[in-house]
Amino acid sequence: MKKKNTKTKSSTAKLDQIVSESARDKYILRLYITGTTNRSVLALTNLKKICEEYLEGRYELEVIDLYQMPNLAKDEQIIAAPTLIKKLPLPFRRIIGDMSNTEKVLLGLDLRKVK
Amino acid sequence: MKKTEPKILSKNLLKSPTGIQGFDEITGGGLPTGRPTLVCGGAGCGKTLFGMEFLVRGATQFKEPGVFMSFEETNEELTKNVASLGFDLEDLIRNKKIALDHVHVERSEIEETGEYDLEGLFVRLNYAIDSIGAKRVVLDTIESLFAGLPNQLILRAELRRLFRWLKEKGVTTIITGERGEETLTRQGLEEYVSDCVIMLDHRVNAQTSTRRLRVVKYRGSMHGTNEYPFLIDEAGFSVLPVTSLGLKHIVSNKRISSGITALDAMLEGKGYYRGSTVLVSGTAGVGKTSIAAHFAEAACKRGERVLYFCFEESPNQLMRNMRSIGIKLETWVKKGLLQFQATRPTFYGLEMHLAVTHKIVSVFKPDIVILDPINTFVVGDKDLEVNTMLMRIVDFLKANQITALFTSLTSSQGSLESSDARISSLIDTWLLLRDIELYGERNRGMYVLKSRGMANSSEIREFILTDHGVELREVYIGARGVLTGSARMAQEALEKAEVLSGRQDIELKKRDIERKRKVLEAQIIALQADFESEESEALKTIETRQDALKRLGQDNINMAESRKADNENINISNPKK
Repeated sequence: MKKKNTKTKSSTAKLDQIVSESARDKYILRLYITGTTNRSVLALTNLKKICEEYLEGRYELEVIDLYQMPNLAKDEQIIAAPTLIKKLPLPFRRIIGDMSNTEKVLLGLDLRKVK
Repeated sequence: MKKTEPKILSKNLLKSPTGIQGFDEITGGGLPTGRPTLVCGGAGCGKTLFGMEFLVRGATQFKEPGVFMSFEETNEELTKNVASLGFDLEDLIRNKKIALDHVHVERSEIEETGEYDLEGLFVRLNYAIDSIGAKRVVLDTIESLFAGLPNQLILRAELRRLFRWLKEKGVTTIITGERGEETLTRQGLEEYVSDCVIMLDHRVNAQTSTRRLRVVKYRGSMHGTNEYPFLIDEAGFSVLPVTSLGLKHIVSNKRISSGITALDAMLEGKGYYRGSTVLVSGTAGVGKTSIAAHFAEAACKRGERVLYFCFEESPNQLMRNMRSIGIKLETWVKKGLLQFQATRPTFYGLEMHLAVTHKIVSVFKPDIVILDPINTFVVGDKDLEVNTMLMRIVDFLKANQITALFTSLTSSQGSLESSDARISSLIDTWLLLRDIELYGERNRGMYVLKSRGMANSSEIREFILTDHGVELREVYIGARGVLTGSARMAQEALEKAEVLSGRQDIELKKRDIERKRKVLEAQIIALQADFESEESEALKTIETRQDALKRLGQDNINMAESRKADNENINISNPKK
């Protein structure tokens, strides 16, 4: 994260800087699930566990049921379920699957670098 | 679901018409309703367009809204691309007749963390279908998912589920797929879609491309199994179901003039049959186009419509050239009776030519079609294809009662007849033009090689281009062979001289006889005169002698009287004295 900061400072885009700085503190995550299937439930439990462990206090998780808001699937370019979208910090990432592979989830959330 | 009555008897299988020209004919009504169809082919063969046209026509002509799910092109790109075909996608989307959904899968953004499914895709598709009440769906090209998602096992299972789900949903679906090395599609989608498979092909032969379509499989239905050429133009897709139309044309007994009186005279004095196929072949510069132009002009004068395909000259050049022999074609172009269609044969492939011919003929509805010349199609070793194409054109024109005139350039080497032998069977009337080289001069000769159904003249005529059109002259046929041009004239002069001298001979003979007779007559007269003079002289002598005798007798009598001699002694003794 620190490395990233120095990078953004040299960049001229003001917006990038703001986004990046806020990202250091906050993770904005969205989990798209499909109803209460085993996979959906499993993904939610796994994700919550990871977030609590690595991102405690600096994450925002929104869980969306695609069955109830099917229009969002198109807007968010979702094809697989469950899909976790890391909106912030950049880069934008999609993490698909039931989140049972913690290492991969951390990699997807760019948390490996921090550790 | 809209019920469409397929033309072929397949009562159990409903078909959804595609509205694509010709395609519904070869499949007997369209694609299987409520089932997925796989459309596969190489890059740029028109898969996307086929799908799009299926949707647009469905929405506009058959009141079946459709969803286009694109895995490659964005909505903007799609809209722009099909606008060139006259489809206003934006309008259709606004009116909820078509829904577009661009599925974008970016491999680098994705991290797999365990088990998942493609329920998201299902939700999207379901939402799109329900939002407009779609009956038709196109998935273009779903195989892109294989590049985006690493887990093939999941993907395959999910695709199988997707197609089953689409079937249950009762939507008529087109799934497009890239052609694979050995399989129909790269990822073997044909395993999942087994109801109907259509293959599109785009082949390049001798630098010209030809698009072809084939129905590989159509479960539960009859279908044409041939490769059908198709074309994509400003009006969209059209497939040409014209491989063979059979030989069931209606024939006409009507005759139409060729535009050249002397040529008509060679064809029983009536000209060609209406609806027949005429071939004018010959070496370069013998006047094939002139014969065609004459025919066109004559037809226009009768008020008929003529479609003139020129593959070698531009219309303007052709009209200029024909003016030099007194044929003014531009008048008819202005009146709308004559239409030129000028393209280079190499401009597109044979099938495309066929398709274009088809199209223009159906639009212009001509009575006469002229193809000038046909042999330029032969680029490289494509004799067979040219042949089948011509057969299709001939069949198509005959079925429509259109009289066709083809010109064909034959090479001067070898027999003139043999070079066009392969199309001979298609031709009803075959005029052969040939040049006759004699005495440092090249002249044109023409004869009717064959003409089905008429007692045509077997003579070779000399073909002369004058400023008032084509003229046919009797050629000199004699002991020295066929003579044309100045040789013919020389020969004719020679003959005239011979005749003249012959006449003089007779005259001379006559005079001779006359003279002889006169001589004879004169001789007769002279002889007669001689005889007469001799005769009169002789008579005179006789008279004198008789007088003398008389006188002598008188003298004797007188003497005897004086002597008183015996009467009897006097007469006898007197002459001895």
